[in-house]
Amino acid sequence: MEIKADIVHDATGTYCPIPITELAKVAKKAEKGQIIELLADDEGAIQDVPAWCQTTGNEFLGYKEEDGILHFYIRKV
Amino acid sequence: MKRKAVALYSGGLDSTLAIKLVQNQGIDVLALHFYTGFCITETKRRRGEKKEDGSHYMNPALKYAAKYGFPLEIVDISDGYMNVILNPKYGYGANINPCIDCRIYMFKKAKEIMQEVGADFVISGEVLGQRPKSQKSIPLKIIENESGLEGLILRPLSAKKLPPTVPEINGWVDREKLEGIVGRSRKRQIELAKELGIDEYESPAGGCCYLTDENYAYKYKETMAVEGKITQEDLVLFPVGRHFRLDSGTKLIVSRNEGENNFLLGFKKNYHFFEPLGKGPVAIAKTINGEILDEDDKQIIANIIARYSKTIDGKIDVKYSFMDREEILTGFPFDDETINQWRVSLNGNKSRHSP
Repeated sequence: MEIKADIVHDATGTYCPIPITELAKVAKKAEKGQIIELLADDEGAIQDVPAWCQTTGNEFLGYKEEDGILHFYIRKV
Repeated sequence: MKRKAVALYSGGLDSTLAIKLVQNQGIDVLALHFYTGFCITETKRRRGEKKEDGSHYMNPALKYAAKYGFPLEIVDISDGYMNVILNPKYGYGANINPCIDCRIYMFKKAKEIMQEVGADFVISGEVLGQRPKSQKSIPLKIIENESGLEGLILRPLSAKKLPPTVPEINGWVDREKLEGIVGRSRKRQIELAKELGIDEYESPAGGCCYLTDENYAYKYKETMAVEGKITQEDLVLFPVGRHFRLDSGTKLIVSRNEGENNFLLGFKKNYHFFEPLGKGPVAIAKTINGEILDEDDKQIIANIIARYSKTIDGKIDVKYSFMDREEILTGFPFDDETINQWRVSLNGNKSRHSP
């Protein structure tokens, strides 16, 4: 998956719900249509990020794992 | 004009029902979940714990807001919340949960967000007489007054037993379609869940807050009894690792797994730090008044660490570091009976400093 992000935020080393509260802060400042890339190593974020997108109406574009780090892609709606 | 409300949302059944009852009357609801820093899910994730089916523990608010279709905002209030824990004006509940102060703090935050998003009132899943400390009628009134939300907190599950609120008086919501639940029985909530299509929910004890946990409270009281004060770091460390209190009063925390090893590494700078030179847990120690850690205690700690490490020929080397000092100790594993005399544990053997 090759997605070019407009904003990259590193939330590695934190655990639920911190990656989500950080994502929410980044998304609040982002412009509509911008793509956010969230880096996390809390595996539970695989459940949390899509759920957060569902509760906030933002679009979950997918995720990939590279060297033990999860990269989530979210488009601000 | 379409009215809007913000709701305090834990992810539990009561707050889910409260939101559904109001949403069903055509009100836009934004659910607010407050992250206080005392989150059980966070600690389970840090430890790498999973459920029996292999899935991860999930924050109940996030899980059920997604499932039942509520817009949700997770609000980080952990900074100011420490002060609520350490100095609660209205005291503690059954454990160290400062229920009344906690509710006031959350309602104040909810009021700020209510104003920010242009909402008209606040919803809460509180049930009259359900909890001994904060949910009797007088505390509910105190909570309302102190948070500056007089008449603006709607409690849909007990509304018919409470004075009418502004949203009811103004006809934004129909009081007749709300509930009049009182007491600890969950019968009506379970019926209501069926009526409203809520087919999955957390058990009432399945909350995400450490402060209602008796093991956590025990460690809090033990530290208060021995050290006479609680620091912010103590609050963060109570749920992590195995806790010991040595005879000198020194507190020792030994990790239980890799996740906790990594977490305790973050405290290396300000604590006496112990790391086995081989497979085993790291540990941090704090003397009672910032005194030097005495040689006997260092050896006891190395032997405790050895008990949980893979030893070779009945021993393991343990690196001790503090500030710019470093030293290699050799740990010889204690048996459990010896270790248990220092263990800080509600259910196990108790140290001589037990509260």
